This record gives sequence, C-alpha cells and structure tokens, in this order.
Amino acid sequence: MAARAIWKGVIVFDELTVPVKLYSAVADRNVHFRLLHRKDKAPVRQALVNPETDEVVTYAEARRAYRSERGDLVILTPEDLEALEPEKSRDIEVTRFVPPGVIDHRWYDRPYYLGPDEKGGAAYAALAAAMERSGREGLAHWTMRNKEYIGALRLHQGYPMLITLRHSGEVVASDTLEPPGGESLSRKDLDMAGQLIEMLAADFDPSEYQDEYRERVMALIDRKRRGEGPEKVTPIRRKKPSDDLSKALQASLDRGRKHA
Amino acid sequence: MPSKKKGQGGRPRGPRPFWSGTITFGLVSLSVGLFPANRGKAVSLHMVDKDGTRLRRRYFCSKEETLLDGEDLVRGYPLDKNEYVVVEDDELESLAPEKSQEIDLKRFVPVSELDPIRFERAYFLTPEQGAIKAYRLLAKSMEQSERAGIATFVMRGKEYLVAILARDGILRAETLRFFDELRSPEEVGLPAREKAKARDVQRFQAGIKHLMKDRFEEQDLQDRGSRAIIEQAKRKLKSGKDVVRKAPARRGKSRQGPADDLMATIKKSLREGRTPADTPPAAKGKSKRRTGGKKKAARRADKALQDLSKDALYEEAKRLDVEGRSRMNKAQLREAISKAG
Repeated sequence: MAARAIWKGVIVFDELTVPVKLYSAVADRNVHFRLLHRKDKAPVRQALVNPETDEVVTYAEARRAYRSERGDLVILTPEDLEALEPEKSRDIEVTRFVPPGVIDHRWYDRPYYLGPDEKGGAAYAALAAAMERSGREGLAHWTMRNKEYIGALRLHQGYPMLITLRHSGEVVASDTLEPPGGESLSRKDLDMAGQLIEMLAADFDPSEYQDEYRERVMALIDRKRRGEGPEKVTPIRRKKPSDDLSKALQASLDRGRKHA
Repeated sequence: MPSKKKGQGGRPRGPRPFWSGTITFGLVSLSVGLFPANRGKAVSLHMVDKDGTRLRRRYFCSKEETLLDGEDLVRGYPLDKNEYVVVEDDELESLAPEKSQEIDLKRFVPVSELDPIRFERAYFLTPEQGAIKAYRLLAKSMEQSERAGIATFVMRGKEYLVAILARDGILRAETLRFFDELRSPEEVGLPAREKAKARDVQRFQAGIKHLMKDRFEEQDLQDRGSRAIIEQAKRKLKSGKDVVRKAPARRGKSRQGPADDLMATIKKSLREGRTPADTPPAAKGKSKRRTGGKKKAARRADKALQDLSKDALYEEAKRLDVEGRSRMNKAQLREAISKAG
C-alpha cells in the first residue's frame, strides 16, 4: 500500500528547484493500548487540573509559561506565541553540500523519503543523479507546520531522503568524557577477546532480527481474548558477571570451537 | 553521588541509568548502566492557569466524570468499540524476563555496514564496579576489529534492536529501527526512478558544486524556535508584564541543571564504575516498573491522548520524561506517552 505524503515542499538551491512530497520512512509497529478506568473498563480522558483546588482548567483557558533560572514564571500569551511562529514557506533550502560522514550520524533523527511532486519528475531525477555522482550530502532548512527543521539531504537506495537533525546542544558531546582507565590490558586477554569477536563475526542483515516481545504481547492478548490464562514463562537465571576475565574468555573460545 | 531526591510522585530524582543490566559476549559478562546521549530541547514551557499556578494533568473516567489515581487505571487493548482485553503490567513484564536483563551480543558486524538511517537514539554505557576491566577489553577489541556488537533487549516495555559501538574507549549503545520499522521506497510507493536528462544533471551538479563545503559546524544546527521563545520571555521578564515572581522564601534553590547532573554522573561512572547500590531496586532489570502510583497514572492513555493538542501532549511527555520529545510530532508524542510506562 502506498503511503500518504505528509507534506509538500520545494527543494531550492543555486536557483534550482525541485518540487517534492515528503513521506515518513518510519513505520509505527507498536502495540497500542488504551488506558481504562479499572472499575468500569471505560476509557479515560485527560484534563488539566489546578492541584490546589482540583478544579479543571480548559485548554482554552490554560496558558504556557517560561520558567526563568530564578524560578519566576513568564506567561506567554497566545499572541506572544503566534508572533514567534516562523514564516510560512514551502522552501526546503539547501545551504551546503558536505562530504559524507561530515555530519556525524549522531545528529540524525528521523528519516523522510522525498518523492517527485507533479510535473517535478525531470528535476527530481536530475537531483538524484547529480547527488549520486557528487557523493555529497546536503544541509537543508525548512519550515513545516509552524516548526523549523534542519535536515540532511542524502540518497537512500537511490532515492532522495531528508533526515531531520537534532539541534545543537541536543547531542551530549563525548569528547568531554574520559574512558575508564587502569593498568594496561594483557596481550593475552586482548588476543582472546579479538578471537572471540572473530568467532561471532557476521555481516549485518537487519531482517534477521525480529521484535519478539511485540509478538509475545500480541499472543498474550490473543490468549486472554479467548479466555485462556497467560502462558507460563520460566525466567532464565541471570548470568553472574565474570570474575576471572581470562578464564571466561578461554571458556568462550573453547565452547565456540566445539560448536564450530 | 547523586542523591535520591524524592519527587512529588515519590519518584527518585536525579540521573540514574535508563536501564541497567548485563552485557554478555561469549561467556564474558559485565554489568553496565545506560545513560541517554541525547538531550531535550533548550526550552520547555509549563502549563499554567491565568494566575500562574502550575497545572497538573489528571485522568477522568469518561463514564463517571471522576478524577482517577494511578491505582484506578489499567491498560486495555481495543477489540471493538467499548470492548477491551485488559492487560496487567505484571503480565507484560513477565513476557521477556531474560531480555529485560541482558544484552547478549551474539554477533559482531562491521561498523561500516550499519546504515545510520536505522539509528534511533544513543546512550552511553558506563561500567558498574568490578566490570571496568571487561568494559575496557570489549571497547578496545571492538575498536580494533572495527565491529559493533548486535543484540535485542527489552527496556521499559519495548524491545529494541541495539548496536554496541566503541569509540575512544567508551561504549555507546545505539538503538536501531527494526527491519519492518523502516519502509522501503517500494512500500512508500515511490515510482521507479526516471532517467534524467544529461543537461539537467549537469545543471544540478554545477549547483551542488557551488555550495560545496568541507565542513559544517554545530552552530549550523541552532534551534531558532527555542531561542525566539527565550528572548521573548526575557523581554517580558524585564518589563514585568505577565510575570509571576517566585515567592522569596523559595528562592535561591536554583539547582544545577539536570544536564550538568547527568554529565557528572556519567563521568564519575566511567571513572570509578557505578556501585550497584546507586541503582534503585526498581530500575534494576525491571526498568519498566516505576515507583509511585502517579507515574502509573500516566500509562497507556491512547484514547485520552487523541483529544489533546500538540502542546498538551508535549507537556505530558515532559512530565513523563519522554526522551526526544522536543523533536516529536503529534502522533509520535501520543505514541511515546502511551508507551512511557
């Protein structure tokens, strides 16, 4: 089933334009529950309540407030917030093209496919071909539904894709962290660990891994719907952390060789 | 050591690992904690009434119109209209006990084969006391082999595919989207790529060339929306309009930001290894169970969530410490809130 476009925009750079449609590349596969009142199994609703009086405040009456460092509250009126909204635009403006890897993937957030919009097919095909040849990744800005986004423009399986990027400050810088230290690791342990990794080495095939938990949740729901009790799951004993690292490594290698 | 400050709902405050458990490879195992490597937005707003009283979100029974507490709530899986299969928390928790406690690295794959578009969220791994040597050994060996360990594990009522990566002696976990959580171009329904005209391609290549840069700076990623809000709030603070001053008695409690606390905890844990005692029993292997009934009240409210505005959802996500909430759209917020057990 074809997905519905979530937004239409126009890629713009250097006087070139490509009308595109955005599609979410992420599919929601989670099991969705509702929250019920235990007593009567009726679904619950949520409301804003003044905690001192238990009085309900409607969303229309509620205000949003900024809390200063000192703890003072500044109420931002709907007018204030409206005035701060970014200008509406359909432009997805690409400001630079950088070599792959320059935008560290830790900034990556959510991927969206770009598809050609009507009459934009030729430009779309040209953009994809040109990006393929340059091997570069674009940095793009756009405003979608009153919110500003920054994204990486790249190809995925030959198709242009925008991956939204996290904002500055939203990725904890790891270069300020010190790795754990200690006396140097023994050659022998390092060799054995290296061999163990080799023994467990494989290519990455994402289709090999299933969300079994989701399947178990659905199976549980199914059993309960038929009036059966939950299946007994025998808990697996938690492994004790290895005290003697070298011994554990050696045993792992021995075991691996036997199975090989 | 971060003290276990008690929040209003009886929830321990201050940074504690998102998950704690064991990493195994072969017969080697080491106890670790996971701390988030992503942070929320620079600014987050509170919901208040006209007088500046902070409002709280509560649940109502749609039939009885009464305010409910955590104990009054239960999850239901919708079958038909008004028909639900009731599922208790402990039933969900007992579904995968082994996976809630262990990240079993059964495979080590080349780091270069991991497509970053699968990456969802990042965490730092810190060793517990006694695990430092195994931690260092795993980090060093993975770095040398340029491989990442792959496993699936359960955290807060959801199973994750995870890659454990090493860089500069520090282990990081990246949760990955499952195969079926990432659509293919065919699934989305994108048309087969047309062949481009040579002249068009040249024009686009020239355009790309004009904008070629070798670098980009974190500055390019500024959150202009948050900045605008902070600036407007500061202007109003100065003018005194719409400002509710904090009662003087409660002033001066200006605390360190949670971000600073988090960094301090991660740094200390990397240096010395966390003592398992730092982990409240509730978080140990059973990260889904939280203390306090209020927390529970927030569970699984999809129906209720349907009616909420984006801002309301955001506020709720904040109350629940939903990670990455600042970047979520309405549907994602709804989803995350209903999941946040």
